Amino acid sequence: MLESLYKYAAPQNFYQLSRRLTPWLAGAAALLLLAGLAGALWFAPPDYQQGESFRIIYVHVPSAWMSLFVYVVLAAAGITGLVWKVKVADALARASAPIGAAFTFLALATGSLWGKPMWGAWWVWDARLTSELILLFLYVGYIALQGAIEDRRMAARAGAVLAVIGLINIPIIHYSVEWWSTLHQGPTVTRFDAPAIHISMLIPLLIMALGFKLYYAANVLVRMRCELLEAERNSAWVRQLGS
Amino acid sequence: MSVASAFMAVLRRDLLLGLRHRVEIINPLVFYILIASLFPFAVGSDRSTLGIIGPAVIWVCALLAATLSLDRIFHADFEDGSLEQLFLARQPLVLLTSAKVLAHWLLCGLPLIPAALALNALYQLPVTSLWPMLTTLLLGTPVFSLTGAALAALTVGLRGGGVLLALLILPLYIPVLIFAVGAVGNAMNGLSIAGELYFLAALLVLALTLMPLAAAAALRIRLG
Repeated sequence: MLESLYKYAAPQNFYQLSRRLTPWLAGAAALLLLAGLAGALWFAPPDYQQGESFRIIYVHVPSAWMSLFVYVVLAAAGITGLVWKVKVADALARASAPIGAAFTFLALATGSLWGKPMWGAWWVWDARLTSELILLFLYVGYIALQGAIEDRRMAARAGAVLAVIGLINIPIIHYSVEWWSTLHQGPTVTRFDAPAIHISMLIPLLIMALGFKLYYAANVLVRMRCELLEAERNSAWVRQLGS
Repeated sequence: MSVASAFMAVLRRDLLLGLRHRVEIINPLVFYILIASLFPFAVGSDRSTLGIIGPAVIWVCALLAATLSLDRIFHADFEDGSLEQLFLARQPLVLLTSAKVLAHWLLCGLPLIPAALALNALYQLPVTSLWPMLTTLLLGTPVFSLTGAALAALTVGLRGGGVLLALLILPLYIPVLIFAVGAVGNAMNGLSIAGELYFLAALLVLALTLMPLAAAAALRIRLG
């Protein structure tokens, strides 16, 4: 286990592994997303209160979950890169940022679309929507910092410090915003007793969530390959690939 | 040189430098009062409107003024190389950074408080909001200097660093803003402000413990 971890921490080995894994992950993601969408659009019954428009949660909720998940991955990869100087971890952090920002934007956009018929406004200063907006700002800041520092090694390490500061601040921001105002419906899936969502609606949601996760995995692997090629452009193995 | 005297030396040097370049200290203050006095032109001088937006405007402008002054914590020292001397010193970098942050707060954070009192009068706010405004600023501005120092260290010497720094720092100031303006609003409505003050104090303690470490780590990355 540890040995293979060492092996794939080397950029060239990781590059080959990622090349083999990507088609499988992308295929599985496509299947899951199709199945999830079918379940979401046909098999799940309309909500007794929100009618058909509740179906947007099948995109909204997985993207909101992913937006946080990707930030945690970004910070964890940043710390790994900072402490153990693993180039692959640096590439993971750097490649995750735009995808995470895209998920955050998607969660905001779908939330806004859903808010129009439900709350009667495109945007409401609701706590969770607002925290999501601040999360988007954190992602944008990270990407801007990466763009401002030319040296990739330094950019990765500075980004790691920023990501950790952000990670500590996310719960503080979240709870202070929650305290400030809340309109959003309470959590319906992550409760310690039985979820408040019916099983016929829950299963497509979980399939979609898994599909989003695999899509992220496939996408981040492709982006990481790009990052690694750029970072290692002067090393022998990249030259060999090119020749 | 002992650790304490190194701390004092850095603190004294930064305070002296600040007092010799008085314009750099006065400019953010003028900016503060100027920006805050733009709002009545935009929303009208109606007393009840000003009473509603007053605490928020005073706080948001304090936040902007604090952000504007962050650049000077490390920038000049980075340019003339004295930051590298600090970095090479035998004393722990965390401590020397803390001294710089303290100096920055004394020069740029503390003067915001009397300025806010003047703005309190300009916005015709009741006397009941005076004391909470003072206390929240006293608790909040050090958080600005501490958090700001960590991010200023990350962006020191970068092209377009000023705007980038503002982009990075402003989202992190939101909790302070929420609790501070909440406290002032509560006080104006005759409610208790203890909860908000405790939260602000907690944020200050958290920033005090973690941010100097983050600032030192960031400096090591930028200089190393």
